[in-house]
Amino acid sequence: MATETHDAAGVCVDAGGSALGMPQLCADWMPNQIFWLLVTLIAIYFVMSRIALPRIAAVLAERSGTITNDLAAAEELKNKAAEAEAAYDQALLDARAEAQKIVAEAKEEIQAELSVELEKADAQIAAKTAESEAAIAEIRAGAVKSVTAVAKDTAKELVAAMGTTVDAKTITAAVNARMKG
Amino acid sequence: MLRNKRMTRVAEEKAEGGLVFHPLDQFIVKPLFGDGPVHWYTPTNLTLWMAIAVLAIVAVFVLGSRGRAVIPTRMQSLGELMYGFIYKMVEDVTGKDGVRYFPYIMTLFLFILFSNYLALIPMSYSPTSMIAVTVILGFGVFIAVTILGFVKNGTAFLGLFWMSDAPLFLRPIIAIIEVISYFVRPVSLSIRLAGNIAAGHVVLKVFAAFAAAVVISPAAILGIIAIYGLEILVCGIQAYVFTILTCVYLKDALHPAH
Repeated sequence: MATETHDAAGVCVDAGGSALGMPQLCADWMPNQIFWLLVTLIAIYFVMSRIALPRIAAVLAERSGTITNDLAAAEELKNKAAEAEAAYDQALLDARAEAQKIVAEAKEEIQAELSVELEKADAQIAAKTAESEAAIAEIRAGAVKSVTAVAKDTAKELVAAMGTTVDAKTITAAVNARMKG
Repeated sequence: MLRNKRMTRVAEEKAEGGLVFHPLDQFIVKPLFGDGPVHWYTPTNLTLWMAIAVLAIVAVFVLGSRGRAVIPTRMQSLGELMYGFIYKMVEDVTGKDGVRYFPYIMTLFLFILFSNYLALIPMSYSPTSMIAVTVILGFGVFIAVTILGFVKNGTAFLGLFWMSDAPLFLRPIIAIIEVISYFVRPVSLSIRLAGNIAAGHVVLKVFAAFAAAVVISPAAILGIIAIYGLEILVCGIQAYVFTILTCVYLKDALHPAH
């Protein structure tokens, strides 16, 4: 019956079309499997080695080239930015130094002017003081002279009133001696 | 053989009980056209899904990168991601001189990755669960790497098995162990891949069969969802493991000195 319905069954498949033993080990099919395996492997090998692998290798190389270039460009831009920053900092420093210099100069100028004015004022003050002192001295001298004159006159009168005549010189000397004391 | 008989019996018992499931039927190779015998050249369901894998790879890598855009589209960046991942793996593991073998390793990785993931589509076929397929992949890597090792290094390639920094009396013993482990490499490569993918699909099918029974169907459907999530991980990890082991073996061939 088996031979009637399944001529091709051979030793691997029973009459009902199901497996006898392990079909994976069936020797009848092995030439077929090996033949098609080799065909498949050769097909895959040719597709891969002729078309796919070179293409993917080229794409990967191009990509890594692009990435390298981009990184280099980025590095360059970064350097430029750093340079610009350094230039900016330098400019800032210069400006600050310049400002300080200007401030210092202005201060010096003002100081110089101020000291000139101060000197002038001091001189004026000194002159006024001297003038005033001279005036005071004059006044004082004037006062002393007046007092001496008054004292001489008073002494002369007193002596005259006492009835004695005394030399004018003597009275003057006596008054002067008293004034000194 | 005993195991095979037991499995058939289990299936028959279930059939009598009303719950029919044949978790291994999904691996049967059928001709695409007609019902004839499977010759070596017959286009089969395996051919179909391998062709779909090739078309998917073309879609991602050729159509996706069509624009050659410096700022990639989604599809292009998916391709670039896989390219970068495998390229870096090859470069890190095998060194600068291993980079020329990158297209071969990329081919292996893409075939396994796309076959694994396409096999997760319901009603699809999983080429990487077939022992014949993974054996060709595993032994292909093994033979290529061994020939490459002898061509590049001559007899110095045998230094791979002679640990010059081990104590002298241990060296022959280590050499024997190293030779055995070297020849086990292709076997483990192929069995690991086929075993993982086939086991996952069998478990999915078993859960799917249980989902037909009313009482346990909620649990079975939850089980399918959980296993499916696990399989998504396994598919990626198996492709990764196969590829990185290939890179390690390639490194041994290029630089056999420890």
